[in-house]
Amino acid sequence: MKKTWNAFVTTVVKFTRPVLQKIGAFFGRIATFLSEKVAPILRRLGHGLTHNAILRTGNNQLILFSFLKIHVTRKMRHAIYGYLFISLWLVGFTIFTFYPLLYSLYLSFHEAYYNLEQGVITTFIGFDNYINIFRSSILLPLFSSYLGRIIIAVPIILVFSVVIAMLVNTPIKGKGAWRSIFFLPVIISTGPVLNELNAQNAITLPNIQESPVIDYVVNNLPDLVADPLLLVINSMLLILWYAGIPILIFLAGLQKIDPSLYEAASMDGASPWMRFWKITLPSIMPFMGISIVYVVVSMSLYVEAGGILDLVRTHILVGAPDSAFWFGYGYAAAIAWVYFLLMVILILIFTALTRERRRKHA
Amino acid sequence: MTTKWTLSPERKAKIQRFFLGKTFTDGFLYRFVIYTLLLSFSYIYLYPLLFMFINSLKSVDDLINPGVQWIPTTLVWENYTRAFQVLNLPNSLVDSTVYVLKVSIAVTLSSALIGYGFARFEFPFKKMFFAFMLATFILPSQVTLVANMLIFRNLNIISTEWSMLLPAMSGQGINAAIYILIFYTFYRTIPGILIESAEVDGATQFRIFRTIVLPLAIPSFVIVFLFSFVWYWNESYITGLYVGARVTLPLWLQAFRASYETIFPPGTPGAELNEAILLAGNILTILPLLLIYFFGQRLFTQSIDRTGITGE
Repeated sequence: MKKTWNAFVTTVVKFTRPVLQKIGAFFGRIATFLSEKVAPILRRLGHGLTHNAILRTGNNQLILFSFLKIHVTRKMRHAIYGYLFISLWLVGFTIFTFYPLLYSLYLSFHEAYYNLEQGVITTFIGFDNYINIFRSSILLPLFSSYLGRIIIAVPIILVFSVVIAMLVNTPIKGKGAWRSIFFLPVIISTGPVLNELNAQNAITLPNIQESPVIDYVVNNLPDLVADPLLLVINSMLLILWYAGIPILIFLAGLQKIDPSLYEAASMDGASPWMRFWKITLPSIMPFMGISIVYVVVSMSLYVEAGGILDLVRTHILVGAPDSAFWFGYGYAAAIAWVYFLLMVILILIFTALTRERRRKHA
Repeated sequence: MTTKWTLSPERKAKIQRFFLGKTFTDGFLYRFVIYTLLLSFSYIYLYPLLFMFINSLKSVDDLINPGVQWIPTTLVWENYTRAFQVLNLPNSLVDSTVYVLKVSIAVTLSSALIGYGFARFEFPFKKMFFAFMLATFILPSQVTLVANMLIFRNLNIISTEWSMLLPAMSGQGINAAIYILIFYTFYRTIPGILIESAEVDGATQFRIFRTIVLPLAIPSFVIVFLFSFVWYWNESYITGLYVGARVTLPLWLQAFRASYETIFPPGTPGAELNEAILLAGNILTILPLLLIYFFGQRLFTQSIDRTGITGE
């Protein structure tokens, strides 16, 4: 026993040591570079910047051009430090988020292809990209099934996670273990694994597909409703997997309810049913919004093979002026923007609906 | 002779008490219903995992045989040895761990700094920036993808780790808004008097951050680090485009079919790829995260309270 344990430990050490060494070396290199090369320059620069003819600091005042004295208040100093701390974010946001956002909006009104010699070649074509999206026989069904799926799945996920949260919140044994089970999907749901499960039909509830009730319902509904419904049923497990984080959010909400509230209500003769509608639901309603945002975002960001997000990538990578199927950067940007706007609209609709309910209950 | 089944009132009350309890919620019936529901829901949740594990051990005959559902007739461990080879395992595991650790440490450190800026200081446009920061959470990376690819190409860092590291270092990593929010919420709970007294003693803001705030924030660091590790590990779309086709283990899994054909060329005996081998690859891919989750479940499940979205 001890021997195998030792062998286990040595193999673990054998595998983790190179990893740790590499990481240590990486950050060590950065640290030594920063402290030996960058820091002295910065220090000298900083000193020069704060002690010169134009600008001088000290004694709570700022001296400009050697004669203009400005008293530096605590508030001003705080503002400066605040900007210093978030400067990283400001720089990153401008370069990696804000500018790309504007640029992709700009590209979505252009026909754009990448050319090795000249970079991106753009020609202005107005709203053509957007019109082409609504003309496309591939994209339009994808968008409508995306909308249908979210509209059907989000209420299911929310109801399911409220139910699970309430179950876990009852005095049961092994609360932590149950909670861990329901959070597990957040840890293991990675694109390739989900795609594989999807391919092997392992994400539908066992035996639900052959149910005659489902067949009957689906056959008697218009395609517009039936198709997304079938899609939801066929990937039921995957959809329930999105409940991982909402369950925890609602659980945290449930734990904040004062138990004496329930006692008082049952004293007054309220049934468990009444207590649920009058106490439990109103007190977790405020968490509905954040759960909706999380569920819609995480469902939308799942990249399905052959789905809209996958097409964005293909249009970028394969797109060329002479291609009849793939239309390059501009078209990809337009698809991404339409997708993003749909997502925001969905979030707004859902949050508006729950807010309406909340007002009615209050 | 017939026995008349009568119960004494005490006994009747006792049985009733057992099934219904004092307030119904502590009776056997109620508990039975709760546990049944929980068990069936857990089964639904764990079904894909069980499916993966069982089927990964099946032989080809068992896979086709409809009579074999949960208990394979033979355990084919060879599926695992093959998947191990195809995923290029010890090496790919080390590489992807190194890469993910770098990125997640970078994102943790930067979120810690940025969160402090938002939590501790008042400055013009703070509300606006904070709203932007939160809004980045709902922004799909596909919207910025087009431009970012060009930026990275111009910076000459496309297909290197830096194209993930740079955004991570500047608070634009995957789900960085959540991490910043976690730190922000924590910093707001530190009593201001602690920091003001250090200020009076003449410590600079950076010194205060380093010597007072950082040691207090270690639990937040651990949680943010774990989450960013898991989420960077699982992210394969952006990583595949920016960094390279076979950087993390999930990306190796994505290329499973292609690499299988190069290692076991079609035509050689017993070389057909079957579902069992694929599922063995899946299991091997999620195994590291399962191990992390096994040891750190509490940290993961308590994280929601730390984001402060439930309100204090």
